[in-house]
Amino acid sequence: MPDTADLAADKSSPGGRRASGLRLGVDVGGTFTDLLLLDEKNGRTYMAKVPSTPQDSSVGVLNGIEKICRTAGVDPQNITEVMHGTTVATNTVLTSSGALVGLVTTKGYRDTLQIARSYVPGGLGGWVIWNKRPPLAPLEFTIEADERMDARGNVIVRLDEQAIRRDLEKLLASGIEALTIALFNSYTNDAHERRIAEIAREIAPNIPVSTSAAVMPEMYEYERTETTVVNSYVRPVVSKYVANLQGEIQRRMGGDVNLRILRSDGGLSSAQGAMDQPVNLLMSGPAGGVAGALWIAKQAKIKNLLTFDMGGTSTDVALIQNSVARTRRETRVGDVTVRAPSIDVRTVGAGGGSIAYIPELTKALRVGPQSAGAVPGPAAYKKGGEQPTVTDANVVLGYLPSDAKLGGDMEISRELATQAVGKIAETLSISVEDAAEGIVRIVNENMVGALRLVSVEQGYDPRDFALIGFGGAGPLHANALARIVKSWPAVIPPGPGVLCAYGDATTRLRNEASQTYVTLVRATSDAEIGAKLKELAASAAKELTDEGVSTKEQTVLYQVDIRYKGQGMKLTVDITPADFAAEGLAGVTRRFDAEHEQLFTFALDAEHELVGLRAVVQGAEKSFVNPEAARDGTDASAARTHPTRIYADGAWRDGHIYDRGKLKPGNKVPGPAVVTEMDSTTVILPDHVGVIDDVGNILIWPADHKNAR
Amino acid sequence: MPARIIETNTTPFSRVAVDPISLDIVENALRNARNEMDAVLFRTAMSPGIREQHDAFPMIANHEGKMVVGQFGSFLYGFIAGYGGTIEDGDIFITNDPYSCGGAVSHLNDWLLMMPIFHNGKLVSWAAMFGHMTDVGGKVPGSLPTDAKMIYEEGIIIPPTKIYRKAQLQDEILNIMLHNTRMPEWNKSDFFAIIAALRLAERRVRENIERFGADEYISAMWDMLDRNRAAMSAIIQMIIPEAKDGKKAYFEDWIDDDGMGNGPYKIACSLHREGEIAYFDFSASDPQSFSSINFLLNEEMFKMFFGAFTINLFDPQILFNDGFYDLVNVHIPEGCILKPKKPAALSCRTHMLGRIFDLMGGLLGQGAPDALNAAGFSDSPHFMYSGFDKDGEWYQLFQIGFGGVPGRPAGDGPDGHSMWPAFTNVPNEFLEAYFPLRIREYSTIPDSGGAGLHRGGNGIVIAYEMMEKGEVSIHDDRWLTYPWGVNGGQPGLRSTKCLVRTDGTEVNIPSKCDRIEVNPGDILYFNTWGGGGWGDPAARPAETVLADVKRGLVTEAGAKRYGVVISNGEVDQAATRTLRQEMSAKPKREGLFDRGFTSIEELKDRCKEETGFDAPRAPVFRKQFRMAAE
Repeated sequence: MPDTADLAADKSSPGGRRASGLRLGVDVGGTFTDLLLLDEKNGRTYMAKVPSTPQDSSVGVLNGIEKICRTAGVDPQNITEVMHGTTVATNTVLTSSGALVGLVTTKGYRDTLQIARSYVPGGLGGWVIWNKRPPLAPLEFTIEADERMDARGNVIVRLDEQAIRRDLEKLLASGIEALTIALFNSYTNDAHERRIAEIAREIAPNIPVSTSAAVMPEMYEYERTETTVVNSYVRPVVSKYVANLQGEIQRRMGGDVNLRILRSDGGLSSAQGAMDQPVNLLMSGPAGGVAGALWIAKQAKIKNLLTFDMGGTSTDVALIQNSVARTRRETRVGDVTVRAPSIDVRTVGAGGGSIAYIPELTKALRVGPQSAGAVPGPAAYKKGGEQPTVTDANVVLGYLPSDAKLGGDMEISRELATQAVGKIAETLSISVEDAAEGIVRIVNENMVGALRLVSVEQGYDPRDFALIGFGGAGPLHANALARIVKSWPAVIPPGPGVLCAYGDATTRLRNEASQTYVTLVRATSDAEIGAKLKELAASAAKELTDEGVSTKEQTVLYQVDIRYKGQGMKLTVDITPADFAAEGLAGVTRRFDAEHEQLFTFALDAEHELVGLRAVVQGAEKSFVNPEAARDGTDASAARTHPTRIYADGAWRDGHIYDRGKLKPGNKVPGPAVVTEMDSTTVILPDHVGVIDDVGNILIWPADHKNAR
Repeated sequence: MPARIIETNTTPFSRVAVDPISLDIVENALRNARNEMDAVLFRTAMSPGIREQHDAFPMIANHEGKMVVGQFGSFLYGFIAGYGGTIEDGDIFITNDPYSCGGAVSHLNDWLLMMPIFHNGKLVSWAAMFGHMTDVGGKVPGSLPTDAKMIYEEGIIIPPTKIYRKAQLQDEILNIMLHNTRMPEWNKSDFFAIIAALRLAERRVRENIERFGADEYISAMWDMLDRNRAAMSAIIQMIIPEAKDGKKAYFEDWIDDDGMGNGPYKIACSLHREGEIAYFDFSASDPQSFSSINFLLNEEMFKMFFGAFTINLFDPQILFNDGFYDLVNVHIPEGCILKPKKPAALSCRTHMLGRIFDLMGGLLGQGAPDALNAAGFSDSPHFMYSGFDKDGEWYQLFQIGFGGVPGRPAGDGPDGHSMWPAFTNVPNEFLEAYFPLRIREYSTIPDSGGAGLHRGGNGIVIAYEMMEKGEVSIHDDRWLTYPWGVNGGQPGLRSTKCLVRTDGTEVNIPSKCDRIEVNPGDILYFNTWGGGGWGDPAARPAETVLADVKRGLVTEAGAKRYGVVISNGEVDQAATRTLRQEMSAKPKREGLFDRGFTSIEELKDRCKEETGFDAPRAPVFRKQFRMAAE
């Protein structure tokens, strides 16, 4: 059944919106809140950066809005849409600061989260040191409902309403802040889940209720329960945040401004949708980066690229093919995994703050996952950090010059960085420069591992992709990574630190409706599946229509989850309504066989089984033309600020520092070079050249590459 | 005669100096390759045993066959030594015969595939992987007959065979194999899934060689082996005391029975160190059994178990490998239950394999009681259910159960978890959707974990309701002996199985049995055992015990084992103080271990009363094996 079941209808959008206006993208990071204002009429953009306010991040957002409106000279009342990528949900999980969640399971299944999938990480003997984190819905706040569905959705034990009402009264009065109802086999029939939700609302109307079939209408009781519990866990925090923000924004911009939140899968959610299903926002932040990369790629006319977003403690990578980001049906945050669709972003626990160390026994050089975080931070930041970090290594190597700005107020001490890295050098009996280069190479290798997961493991050859580096530290490492995986060019967008806000502002409206439908292909027909897909498309289109997107601006894509009968995984086959009408299920199975072969080197002559159907509806793409700067000659020397030297491949090399703001399209920056701008620093290695393209990207190529000459 | 390796390029590799950073990079690249092999396999395999439970293990070895990444040590030494043919570019070998590969795989269900990787005409590495097939033929569905007396009853035996020759699949051989199993579709898909994983490893190895150069890659592998050797040398000297006055550490444990009414069977090991070499001697173990519980323990695999357990405490990020093998000497006499002679049956070796871990824990822990773990879920008990459904379609399920991880120095043991790497349970919704089963209950068993400062993990109960007429096989253990506690911790509860027929009759089901007839509506309660407790239960904070009670993991009665009295949902402080004083006044148990019995005889005396089953008879061994074992 469609997953619309019992959630309140979306009430955030009063009819259509104004024909044109200003779109504002807002990205809240750990250190800075970035804003980007887009004028739909003339394509002009304005950027602003203000410090984040972790206590209540909406304060930073509002400060930023004030600042950007002042800079751009616009009246906040003229802003019609605010698109926001947020890490509120993510941080709630990472810092274990979510709600106290109560849980209702089917009788016999109260330990679903306690047992989980019985998996112990860490390989042979891993159990010796592994301690399991208690469930997010504690067992003492878990009750069982006497009811049962079978695997076909037939009621085999009727719900005992009296008993559950009695138990709920107790549970809802016990101090829980959110309730999850996750019953066995509810993906086939959620009548009992909905009934229990009704009873709970009668008893305690103010405690938010999430039901599992509404949040994740799929088989696998542990994954569905966990996903719904995480939804409940982050819901009060996210609801409060979104409601506050919406209220404040409406106060400044008028009641008809639309606040939209970026979802993990790169789509946009209305404010109400975000408050009801915040589990879909766990990757909202990184999704903004990928959306921004998509936007840049379009400008630079690059269709295939790997994205590389490196921050202080972690790094996100993703793959874009043919201008579409790969998505998956799962989201991972820390040790929490939920079944919510997300852009296939892989996160490595390594960033600028990752600490390098050498275990006593093996004398191997390890980097991360421990991080110096913001406090005490890398030694070079002079905030008391003493342990050597990746940032310190970058300082020692001259990649991060001691006069780099880092967003304005931070100073860098080369001396402290050298001291910290010196400890590694001493233990390994090598020079401090070689130790620093070693740290950078190891951390790069971790990144390559993640890039492999999104490319090679999925059957893609990284050499067919460009690599875009952004985030605070991405531009420092992008050249080196591109060299390892041979993804050319390495693209450094303008304002790499605010790329996520770019992505937020340029994202298209998107909605989807899905249904689990397990059947053998031979047991169904083109007509039956065609009708179901049409129905799903209509249901998904409704929200967009309500938001004021006219039918002719909408594009529909069908997705069919399919596998060989007997397999546990499934692949998602994309097919347009026109292609489905022409080819039917035969077209779907043909595409599946081809993808199976690409991914796994073989296809089988086994029977095909459908697992799920989905329709994705998107609004029309907005096009913004970046005003192109006048082309200049190849000589970039006018942008040089002063000479410098960097250490690469075992030797010190002389080069220059450049001011990014002074570089012009057509300029060529020969490596070794360091390019600085407001919040980021780009390294161009020896024997490489950075070419400035028409829209201001630095495209780094090997010096002997035809595009560099 | 060992296998002949055909190389068109005979230039030997030269060992070059690899800088420590490049070494770490090769290490990471290989680690990633192994993870990718797993990912490909789990996504494409069909049998629930591999795709849901992950009963399959990959490995990448250097050109000499030494494991550089993997779990269980090299599968290759025995194969290379025993294979009479050639090893050429484009070959892939298959075997499932434990007796042809020195126990690299230990029963016929595990199909082992091995691929030499060539580069420019030279052998540069090996990739290998084995996976548990749901069925390989033989006398019972699942191919794990309890009462087999010879390996020939356990399914098709494939000696080491080229299943790919010059990159061509030998499909007629594959057909013969598949033709001899009850689940050919699953086996076929699992087979190709393993091949896909090997091909992936091959690509990765070649990429690494292109990136670093062949000599550098080969030398980096040697360095990784050396690095492990150096680390393990230090560990061995740290945790194993040198034998002074011939004094050795000794430990023994048991498999409760052989499914034929005999038992328990003892496995025993002594341990000492001379210089930098550790000596493990299994001579005091029982001779081989007449039934299928024998375990052909590969000596190298045992070394790997030992190394992996200890090194985890020092550098969990290390890629563990074969490099330290010459520092460990393992003696297992021929004809012993851990080294049975062909054609002894081997299919139900899972209990013995698991029990090795308890044995090793007890053995090593004596040298370092602070690092000693209690006994845990040292098994992979099987539930098998098969038959023809109403439409005449054959269904067959093989499922592994989980239980209590023991109390450890690190903390409480998780409830109902796996002690095998990578294993996961099968979702019950999946079972109900694809098999004629209804899972009525799936929860932890309160009080089944042994009491201790750190509680043993609880076992779990799975209540299987059968929806079709069919047959059930069970392989389980620890119904008689207990998962022991340590350092004052108490033993965990034993396993039990009870079949409730539709007329309400309750049948006590033994731990090892085949072909139990079941009918629609019958419910089998499969109760797995808990982990032993660690440390003095009276030292566990009363509030922690209360939390366990509120969570349903410990009962109010069970809380008294901790000296905690709970009334009206609160700790009764006064009564708790009194009870704990009484407990501390009692004389302390001697020794590190609490086995829950004083002697096997004493245990057998109360067997009938406690378990409902007659005590097993003391096993009688064939004379030549007994002598061999001594």
